[in-house]
Amino acid sequence: MAVNELEVRRSSASVLGFLGGARKLPTVSKYIDTSTCIGCKACEIACQEWNDLPEVATVQAGSYQTLPDLHAGYWNLIRFNEMEHGDTLVWLMRKDQCMHCEDPGCLEACPAPGAIVQYANGIVDVNPDKCIGCAYCASGCPFNVPKFAEKTGKMQKCTLCVDRSRVGLEPACVKSCPTGCLHFGTKDDMLSLAKGRVAQLKATGFAQAAVYDPPGVGGTAVVTVLAHGDHPEWYGLPKDPQVPLGVKLWKGFLRPLGFLAVLGAVVGAFGHHLYHGNKGHVDPGPRDPDETGTAA
Amino acid sequence: MASLAATFGRGAMTNGWVDIKNADVVLCMGGNPAENHPCGFKWAIEAKKTRGAKLVAVDPRFTRTAAVADLYAPLRSGTDVAFLLGLCRYAIENKRYHEDYVKLHTNAPFVVSEKFGFDDGVFTGLDAEKREYDKSSWAYEADPKTKAYALDETLENPRCVFQLLRKHVDRYTPEMVERICGTPKEQFLKVADVVTSTGTAARVGTIMYALGWTQHSIGVQIIRSAAILQLLLGNVGRPGGGVNALRGHSNIQGATDMGGNAEILPGYLRTPLAAQTTLAEYLDATTPKTLNGQPWPTMNYWQNTPKFMVSLLKAVWGGTATAQNEFGYQWLPKMDGPYSWAHMFDDMYRGSSKRAGADEPGPEGLISFGMNPVATGPNSGKMIAALAKLKWLVVVENSETETPAFWKAPKEYGTPDVSKIQTEVFLLPATLFAEKDGSFTNSARWAQWKWKAVEPPGQAKLDHEILARLFLAVRDLYKKEGGKLPEAVLNVSWAYGNPASPDLSDVLKEINGKALADLPDPKDKTKVLKAAGQQLDGFVQLAADGSTMCGNWIYSGCFTEAGNNTARRVAADPGGLGMFHNWGFSWPANRRVLYNRASADKDGNPWDATRVGIRWNGEKWVGDVPDMKPDARPGEFGAFIMLPEGVGRLFAAVLADGPFPEHYEAEEAPVDNALHAKVTSSPVAKVFKSDKDKLGKKEEFPVVCTTYRLTEHFHYWTKHNKRLNQVQPGFFFEVPEELAKEKGIANGQKIAVSSARGRIEGMALVTKRLRPLKVDGKQLWQIGFPIHWGFAVEGPHAGPLANFLTASVVDPNTFTPEFKTFLVKVEKV
Repeated sequence: MAVNELEVRRSSASVLGFLGGARKLPTVSKYIDTSTCIGCKACEIACQEWNDLPEVATVQAGSYQTLPDLHAGYWNLIRFNEMEHGDTLVWLMRKDQCMHCEDPGCLEACPAPGAIVQYANGIVDVNPDKCIGCAYCASGCPFNVPKFAEKTGKMQKCTLCVDRSRVGLEPACVKSCPTGCLHFGTKDDMLSLAKGRVAQLKATGFAQAAVYDPPGVGGTAVVTVLAHGDHPEWYGLPKDPQVPLGVKLWKGFLRPLGFLAVLGAVVGAFGHHLYHGNKGHVDPGPRDPDETGTAA
Repeated sequence: MASLAATFGRGAMTNGWVDIKNADVVLCMGGNPAENHPCGFKWAIEAKKTRGAKLVAVDPRFTRTAAVADLYAPLRSGTDVAFLLGLCRYAIENKRYHEDYVKLHTNAPFVVSEKFGFDDGVFTGLDAEKREYDKSSWAYEADPKTKAYALDETLENPRCVFQLLRKHVDRYTPEMVERICGTPKEQFLKVADVVTSTGTAARVGTIMYALGWTQHSIGVQIIRSAAILQLLLGNVGRPGGGVNALRGHSNIQGATDMGGNAEILPGYLRTPLAAQTTLAEYLDATTPKTLNGQPWPTMNYWQNTPKFMVSLLKAVWGGTATAQNEFGYQWLPKMDGPYSWAHMFDDMYRGSSKRAGADEPGPEGLISFGMNPVATGPNSGKMIAALAKLKWLVVVENSETETPAFWKAPKEYGTPDVSKIQTEVFLLPATLFAEKDGSFTNSARWAQWKWKAVEPPGQAKLDHEILARLFLAVRDLYKKEGGKLPEAVLNVSWAYGNPASPDLSDVLKEINGKALADLPDPKDKTKVLKAAGQQLDGFVQLAADGSTMCGNWIYSGCFTEAGNNTARRVAADPGGLGMFHNWGFSWPANRRVLYNRASADKDGNPWDATRVGIRWNGEKWVGDVPDMKPDARPGEFGAFIMLPEGVGRLFAAVLADGPFPEHYEAEEAPVDNALHAKVTSSPVAKVFKSDKDKLGKKEEFPVVCTTYRLTEHFHYWTKHNKRLNQVQPGFFFEVPEELAKEKGIANGQKIAVSSARGRIEGMALVTKRLRPLKVDGKQLWQIGFPIHWGFAVEGPHAGPLANFLTASVVDPNTFTPEFKTFLVKVEKV
């Protein structure tokens, strides 16, 4: 990467795994305190405005929630959940977006070299130039985040406003938050903020308050404070997210094997060429335009 | 704001947004600040995070505020008086009130006339026919010898205010609160414990409220109940305390300050009445008298009314206003009866402006500036029918709203056939806030100058340019053709550089006021304090002899010789309490917390040394700008300088519906009044009675309905905004799960809701956040819906007008409609 671009720490479909390492950057992190989020959706609008995302069609279908789920053109969504908890009612609101895992399942699942990268500061990003739109990343994500964009044929998701954070600005969502339930900084700082808030919640009647930073994915760059920390599922979060076994196998065993197979094939082909020479090649003809980008 | 003025002296939020961070307890009731004031609400969150403050939400619905509250209690819409007086009773009976404060800073010791009484839901002096009180019996006892107020410092005299209040609220037991409000007793007691924990010197609590309190036929008395509670707890005047009215529009406080109501002129001077035929009579009637001197000394600051009024008249008519012509008093319009907005539309609809015996035809035209009465007025069908009777309608707006489009309203609103509507409609394109300079006065009374961000589109003109050009055209007509009372128009002082579009900083200078002659220094008369033509430093320099002019006395100090103080942006807060004295300008006198003298005890020491409002340093008051003569030693004057008594009023004899609040049901009452069956609703609420003003009975319309707003939209004018439509795409009703089950309504299904006025259809959002309430042993349902939609937009974002269902019933003090409680029936479509 160029000097003023972010150095890539990890890249999809790279046999060598870690590419970078010349520079040591702290992991940037977004802090979300669900106990002081009022679900105003300023972050939803800010995300769209900053990222130049056009409006998405919505209908009022019996909820305050804008959409049932994240969308290729809607990377930031407050999830509303009203439920009874003992004899008290709760109306939980959690800002959902890419969690920017330390061990990103999407990156591991991605077969297209360089289509998903993890920068030196921990941000996990999709590189549209390299993305083939196969949606394998979605199957690798335990949070169900990356979405396929019909229009571009690529996968899209929150970039943690990489263009802002690279130059020292907080992501647009954090900038827009009126109550201060969102913060941005290094992971260490955000964790210590979260621990402080959890201690306060515990002291004011929320004995199960906890920081959500799941170890199954190596922790996330999104640090979430949950008043009901024993029930992340109430907030629409998996209790113990893991990179799916299939993806792990693919990454750890099958892909290197495949690489060897390909290498063998190349060596074999080269030898074949040496011995038998070029016989010309057959033009497969133009592809059906509809087929483009709909691999998944 | 009528109740805050009646209780404390000024009609404004007592503290400010930032100050909320200083509270130990934040009670959100009659408002849903997380939803409607998300940016200001950050200070409630800040109090939680930095002080461990308790956030308490009391609301018919489990709201966005309730979602982040430490404690939530439901109550039936419209029963807030019962809940709040229950809190007052709890504070008194459990000795949770701040006794030293109550004795020092309230009228608790004042003895009340023996003629005053309250029986079976009615105060003395009611004329049931006219629906008016004669307030003469609601009076303090004067000491026969000294002619001063009779006081009982022990608070034991059964006729003293404290004991009368105690007796009055004694009926509001936790059991009675449960019977009336439907709030389970245990939940009420939990709230009572937390809220009254602030009745000490060491702790302080704030109340945040909004239209959930004002929009009732007893709205003013609901707020009075809260003001009484805060006085009992000693929470007024202190950082982190107060009764904080959250204004919903960015400049609504400024609009009120500038005389945006028929009853007031700029700076809360009263609009002259027809009976006040001379300036002297007007000043005599509106300048409060006090039994000043003994034993209760008071500044009675409104005694300066003549200075404020004459300076205002000089600002309006300039050199033509002289002592000989009563400074132009005769050119001011006078009121021969109420001219509230509700009355105006009633006049229009009935085609008659009957006032004080004179029968006059109704208005023939209306200029509607920056408002959308078809959507915002009660009983939309009547609003539309009223406009259809006009000859002309001028609407100044940035887009077409329901008001200029009233003739296109769907048939179900009872819209007359278009061929029968003769109203000529003019829609003048105006600028939006970001397209012009000027100032906003926020809820906290901070006037903050802002600069144009974008150029106005197309032919849009600045509002004040439209006004100026209208004025100049009318003046030309008077010059050419004459007319009734031409002086009123021809003599107006219009000394602006560009008369057709005055520079708003010139207007602000005029509002601040200037010397018209050399003003002598009161300390040394040989010196000149202000030379003629100089901007004044503040309202203390105003004079009643015509030597000063001032467009609005409370804003004096906003634009001095030092420049435009509303444009200041110094983010320094040396005390750490969020006062920011060099940020903008807050009226009056750049004071950040009103009544701050009450933040200190009798010796001038702060109740809480960690949260100092002001303190007496032996020579003067230091801290915030003192709400007191700066060098008046403690004990010289009472803390509430705007009131003739000098103290906060637990008993306030100035309102239309009683010196104490009382629980009355809404005009459309879902149940009988549990306290007095004979008097269910307010005996003096103003109920309009045209053929369009139908009221429903509980037998036919058994469900209580309320209306509200959403974070995602702003009033009626964001339904064109694509981004906001995306996050809240359309109209819906919120229906309790149990009611939905009973009626067989599924989430997302279409239902119809009707009142005696109209019927609207929409989607049901079935929720647990509205609950059935047990009221007086019976189960009662409440539903609600947000207001943001209308017919002046096409496509999926059009929706019914919320106020098609609401009634033209208004509070007798402010004439604010009862939007928050009315009766409906719910049907599956």
